[in-house]
Amino acid sequence: MRRAIALVDCNNFYVSCERLFQPGLERKPVVVLSNNDGCVVSRSQEAKDLGLKMAAPWHQMKDLARRHGIVALSSNYSLYADISNRVMSLLSRFSPEQEVYSIDESFLDLGGIATDHTAYGQQMRETVGRCVGIPVCVGIAASKTLAKLANHVAKQDCRFGGVCDFNRMPPAELDTLLSSIAVGEVWGVGRHTVPKLERIGIRSVLDLKRAPAGRLRAGFGIVLARIVEELNGIACLELDDVAPAKRQITCSRSFGTLTSSLADLEQALVAYTTRAAEKLRQQRSLAGGIQIYIRTNPHRKRDPQYQQSIIVPLAWPSNDTRLFCRAALYGLSRIHRSGYAYQKAGVTLTHIIDAADKPDTLFDDTALQQKSSTLMSTLDRINRRMGSGTIRLLGEGISARWAMRRENRSQRYTTEWAELAVCRS
Amino acid sequence: MANFNPDLSSRHRRQPHSALLSLTHPNKSMFERQRALLRKAVPAGFPSPADDYVERRLSLDEHLIQHRESTFFMRVAGHSMRDLGIFDGDLLVVDRSVPAAHGCVVVAVIDGEFTVKQLLYTPQGKLLRAAHPDYPDVAVTAEHDFSIWGVVQWNVHRV
Repeated sequence: MRRAIALVDCNNFYVSCERLFQPGLERKPVVVLSNNDGCVVSRSQEAKDLGLKMAAPWHQMKDLARRHGIVALSSNYSLYADISNRVMSLLSRFSPEQEVYSIDESFLDLGGIATDHTAYGQQMRETVGRCVGIPVCVGIAASKTLAKLANHVAKQDCRFGGVCDFNRMPPAELDTLLSSIAVGEVWGVGRHTVPKLERIGIRSVLDLKRAPAGRLRAGFGIVLARIVEELNGIACLELDDVAPAKRQITCSRSFGTLTSSLADLEQALVAYTTRAAEKLRQQRSLAGGIQIYIRTNPHRKRDPQYQQSIIVPLAWPSNDTRLFCRAALYGLSRIHRSGYAYQKAGVTLTHIIDAADKPDTLFDDTALQQKSSTLMSTLDRINRRMGSGTIRLLGEGISARWAMRRENRSQRYTTEWAELAVCRS
Repeated sequence: MANFNPDLSSRHRRQPHSALLSLTHPNKSMFERQRALLRKAVPAGFPSPADDYVERRLSLDEHLIQHRESTFFMRVAGHSMRDLGIFDGDLLVVDRSVPAAHGCVVVAVIDGEFTVKQLLYTPQGKLLRAAHPDYPDVAVTAEHDFSIWGVVQWNVHRV
């Protein structure tokens, strides 16, 4: 039987969250900037219409922004996370099977829900809009990959009224629609794959759907072959299937200001490593190595440029923050060169395995490992309850000079008593 | 690739760059003391006669919040709702999911600003009424950029 999978995606999510508490921003061009106010990560429709591109560096846009009165806000992740939780919780009522795919997207299995799915999608839109004030679009299809495309169509083409159900479309009509969508829009087809596909004549989604599976498998591997099956309505990806434990965990950010101080780099790396190790423990994994990198600002052509990375392998896989921090600082001492103004640093935990699969070795110090895991889980528990960073390594420093720039962040309306929205009386 | 010895208890292979750094790695005895604290068992005395009656303590959240997803808090600024017991600085519990019926106190958006007023439906259209003699009613007209944001369910006032 044909599956029915819905993808619900919030429209311009970050901007929509901001408008909920600043209704004065309605109908104005608004953008939300990434950490450090570096580039555009969310745009209102008005900003899109003015030609502002996603991921565009903000400092290049400032002139355009001034001319059109574009409002630029720093990202306010406390607010977005809370609103996201509310949206996901509302959506979970529409199906017993939900996969929260990202902060603003959720898959729902509509199998067995015997009703008009288009009307059901409209009901989702109405509920989320009324209860949380966030506009969403719904795509429904026989596979997750098709549901993603259906959502794309629901967003682009206002004739669908925000809900697009491929399952209800006559096959010929669906194919015409797919022939009008570029192959790069398909979920899982990466930037680097598109030119290769185009070289063998696959330009539209329909081209890919009709591509011979054997040839693709030989040239592109099993992943793309599976995408083709999904495009043909054969569901290969179960809900939750796509987000297995990550094989790599990265935390990297650019600094608020350039720094040439080694102490700043050390603090930043300890902070990023702490965050990455938390994520690692959250997914119950261990990592066997840590890669760190540092770089100067490549856009400042006149400054001397330097970038370097290093992998520091561990003797056995671990999830202990202290261990990774020591390894990271050791790595930094190996690659750091003085006399440069650094702009960005990052850490990546590599060689990740499931904690349950940890191999025993002759040199294991079980008592020490037991202590380490008790300490780490206690740390995580406290930080979960009392707020992230309540207990942290002193190596992060007390005040982070290198911390992110957030010049125009809105209030944390739903997570801080002192920052509630004010109502005139 | 560089080799690295991950033994937590071993001495540093190089001098740390700062005093801060050396504090990040407690030595073994500190580590053990900390664990002893965590592992300490609670001594058992007489069982409490109330053990069978322990119930969850009352929570105001449960009382004030009917719909978790759609309930938000807002702060009041101004005096126009005084006669309905809503004062400057009070905390409003606002639910977006309930319908705004005639006579409800609502948070409305007028021309991009939040305002709290009583909502009345009249033959001439919607009316926002203040609860204070000095503040006139506002009739909602087509010129207003108007919407209802949520319905005030509770007002929390510090006595």
